Amino acid sequence: MKKFLSIALAAAMTASLAACGSSSGTSTEAAKESSEQTEAAEESEASEASADGEFVIGGSGPLTGGAAIYGIAVKNGGQIAVDEINAAGGINGHQIKWVFEDDEHDAEKALNAYNTLKDEGLQMMVGTVTSGPCLSVVQETADDNMFQITPSGTTADITVNPNVFRMCFSDPAQGAKSAQYIGEHELATKVGVIYDSSDPYSQGIYESFDAEASNYGIEIVAAEAFTADSKTDFKTQIQKMKDAGAELVFLPFYYTEAALVLQQSKELNYSPIFFGCDGMDGILNLDNFDKSLAEGLMLLTPFSADAEDELTVNFVNTYKDKYGETPIQFAADAYDCVYAIKYAAEKANITPDMSISDICDAMEPAMGEIEFDGLTGESIKFDENGEPDKAPKAVVIKDGAYVLAD
Amino acid sequence: MNTTSKTFRSNIITLGLVLAFYAVMEAMLKGGMLSSLMKGLLVPLCYYMILAVSLNLVVGISGELSLGHAGFMCVGAFVSAVFARTLGANLPGMVELIVAVIIGAVFAAIFGFLIGIPVLRLRGDYLAIVTLAFGEIIKNVINAVYLGVDSNGLHVSLKDVKSLGLEDGGEVIIKGAQGIGSLPRNSTFTFGIILLLITLFIVINLINSRHGRAIMSIRDNRIAAESVGLSVSKYKLTAFVISAALAGVAGVLYSHNLANLQATSKNFGYNQSIMILVFVVLGGIGNIRGSMIAAVVLTILPEKLRFLSDYRMLIYAIVLIVMMIINSAPKVVEWRKVMAEKYFKKDKKNADGGEV
Amino acid sequence: MSSFLSYLISGISLGSVYAIIALGYTMVYGIAKMLNFAHGDIIMVGAYIAFIVFTNMGLPPVVAILASVAGCTILGVLIERIAYKPLRGASSLSVLITAIGVSYFLQNSALLLFGADSKTFTSLVNIPSVTIMNGEVIISGVTIVSIAASIIVIVLLTLFINKTKAGQAMLAVSEDTGAATLMGIDVNKTIALTFAIGSALAGVAGVLLCSTYPVLSSQTGAMPGIKAFTAAVFGGIGSIPGAMIGGMVMGVVENLSKAYISSQLSDAIVFALLIIILLVKPTGLMGKKIQEKV
Repeated sequence: MKKFLSIALAAAMTASLAACGSSSGTSTEAAKESSEQTEAAEESEASEASADGEFVIGGSGPLTGGAAIYGIAVKNGGQIAVDEINAAGGINGHQIKWVFEDDEHDAEKALNAYNTLKDEGLQMMVGTVTSGPCLSVVQETADDNMFQITPSGTTADITVNPNVFRMCFSDPAQGAKSAQYIGEHELATKVGVIYDSSDPYSQGIYESFDAEASNYGIEIVAAEAFTADSKTDFKTQIQKMKDAGAELVFLPFYYTEAALVLQQSKELNYSPIFFGCDGMDGILNLDNFDKSLAEGLMLLTPFSADAEDELTVNFVNTYKDKYGETPIQFAADAYDCVYAIKYAAEKANITPDMSISDICDAMEPAMGEIEFDGLTGESIKFDENGEPDKAPKAVVIKDGAYVLAD
Repeated sequence: MNTTSKTFRSNIITLGLVLAFYAVMEAMLKGGMLSSLMKGLLVPLCYYMILAVSLNLVVGISGELSLGHAGFMCVGAFVSAVFARTLGANLPGMVELIVAVIIGAVFAAIFGFLIGIPVLRLRGDYLAIVTLAFGEIIKNVINAVYLGVDSNGLHVSLKDVKSLGLEDGGEVIIKGAQGIGSLPRNSTFTFGIILLLITLFIVINLINSRHGRAIMSIRDNRIAAESVGLSVSKYKLTAFVISAALAGVAGVLYSHNLANLQATSKNFGYNQSIMILVFVVLGGIGNIRGSMIAAVVLTILPEKLRFLSDYRMLIYAIVLIVMMIINSAPKVVEWRKVMAEKYFKKDKKNADGGEV
Repeated sequence: MSSFLSYLISGISLGSVYAIIALGYTMVYGIAKMLNFAHGDIIMVGAYIAFIVFTNMGLPPVVAILASVAGCTILGVLIERIAYKPLRGASSLSVLITAIGVSYFLQNSALLLFGADSKTFTSLVNIPSVTIMNGEVIISGVTIVSIAASIIVIVLLTLFINKTKAGQAMLAVSEDTGAATLMGIDVNKTIALTFAIGSALAGVAGVLLCSTYPVLSSQTGAMPGIKAFTAAVFGGIGSIPGAMIGGMVMGVVENLSKAYISSQLSDAIVFALLIIILLVKPTGLMGKKIQEKV
């Protein structure tokens, strides 16, 4: 009986191996036909895929599992930008093909996703969405010299290589900016922090906040962690904040958990000022959320879906029409990433028939020269480290809506 | 005599399959016929096969249910990653890798030993839950560990970077949940296959040794084995420790294949332990060759299902359920037997032959 | 003192939710001898049903609870019929793996059906909270209801098992399936009934879990499921009062270790305690001694 199974499995394996062998085989042959002098097999596949004059731009992010909301937002946000650009004539007259793969928020799967994207002819990458997997993928893109811009990977080390740019703020920048804002506006001197110690994003912001706090006259009276495995009950952490007399509680994590913290704080009759980061954006759009809980909540965010400028209104409406949801900041970052690529590509005058490496070499200097108004900031520029130069908006929630704080 | 030569032949087939797999992949690689995806999957396939074979030693041969295999992999991965960033940083790639494998295996074995002593007294599902708990503890603790190095040596903290008290020029190696970065990425397919062959060699030899027969007799009837004077705990512990050490080796391959190592529930949590268990169960409990094939199929399958986009994981779940039912439902097994007799006219003894 | 009481109460509040989930685990394990890893995800489905009925359709809470219980019962029986029943007689590992498959299936179905964005669950329990010690310690209404619910469920279950014919049949199947068959008990029917009851409990648990911690997504059931499973083992899997005690101990230990030892390591501490308990009492706090058969 075991033999039967072995044979069946072996057959399945051979079939799958043969399938991938033959598919890549044909594509290499096709590539050989299209251009005799190709440097390497991989690059020939890429140029073959874009022989009809399309730019292949794409990324990876979690489309399944607990972090799926972020990956799906990036996928959709990028799609909207690509559709707009294509409708307006594309980049340098070339249409864009948008490809996106699931990486399950895992480093190993992210490499698989990246390799699959390469097989699909990827030329420039918008990704990955989450920091951990991104740290592994950036080394692969450095090897391939593939142009990469992450919409939302916040960990500082992501942009060490010259081929990688970032659209969101890095963790150190967010932590420091939060401390600065709280200190300069004298919101509080006794501050408590609750953070997710199993999440690099949250932990990174907490660390830089912690390092900067004393420079702005802030005393951290309590710092309590939670982990991905126990993120339902926050009452103990909240009680500790209460006992330590924190006047302001800093919440550097995502809004789903933050909603629980706000609700449980109310149950415990504790109402300090709550202060969040960009991950907090989206809390008002939580389906069925009791907005009164978030009254007075402050957050530093580069994007708010409630903003009234024309760009945001159009984007939010298109997103709602297409996907039936209000876009979160991740979607806006992805949208801006695609536009950043467009502007830089126009400046660098690249064409789809160039090799991946040539595209990257042309894009790197061009990124330093562009400046554009996006959803996540006005006159966005990139510095020599690949970091965005844009100002975060401090907003406060009043009567269930964002109001710009001063 | 007959059975010995039969197991021998079966083992040769197993090793031959691995070599054939290597030859085919290597030839396709050289000929530029592999897609980027397949190229990227070669090393993962090796460590998943090692994990499947080593877990089969505990689940199939020893008959114990372990749900913490990924925990040992985690130990091997992190210990070897720390080594790669510290002592191993200046060694040439291959030497570093070999030493890392040894260190990873030793540390995972130590953990296996320490955990095995108390835990192997438990039975069945209780053992399963305790191993699961251990896996989660390892993951949770590693997520809280900060490790730095400066001229005074290593500094460890469970709080944050600041409390490491590093002097200027000190380097933080493990940054809590942010893990370890700047890893060498020097594991290769050839090296992975060599490790897999070593794993197979160790496991097959153990099974066919006096030790192995003792372990299997304990699995089949513990009390009878005890009554003929076999030391149950000693033999079980041997199998458990070897299995842990091999999982540690897989962890070394894992950490040397990625630029950045973090302990998440995806890679070292109970989800991963269960995934490895799926390889073992699907490939046939106690069937070394089957578990390797199952590891390959189930690693490639979700990648090949990408064309289904949003429905990928849903279809994968259905495939898993259907495969389990086809594989082990008594009625289907019965039906398959009938069919096999009808069409292949195999004699019944052979069809149920004892394979390893 | 008042903070300690607060920690304790939030621990009990968490523990009572674990307890109800653990009851479902323990029922199924005790009778069908299988680790139903999909139990946590049935809870998630139950919570979604309650959410749709109460929030989207605007029906009263009682209807929502009943719908959730009914929906989960049907789902549980269906799962048993389609995925587990064909494997009766196969090794327990095969069933375990199938349960994992079912768990992935439910999570991914929910992701596709309801989307990746979380929903805020409106508490179905509308009871004012109680304050003690001059308002320093607050016990929320949901906590009181959870504790009451878990006690009621335990009493009902114990009565059912000890006083009804079907309950006695369950007991017989759990003791010795072979002998039960010989006594004319329909094992398949009994196991199906167990799944129905276990899943109905999951419906209740889903409502209570999301009323206490009101964020609902496709992953909502997974981790509480595993924790509650641990709690069930703590208490002695198969034992109904054990599930209650196990759940409470888990919740309290988790919160007290967060409060007094380390909030980062609370998971490790809880699991370490589980291991110690099992080493001292290998079948859990209230577990029966296993008789060795030669």
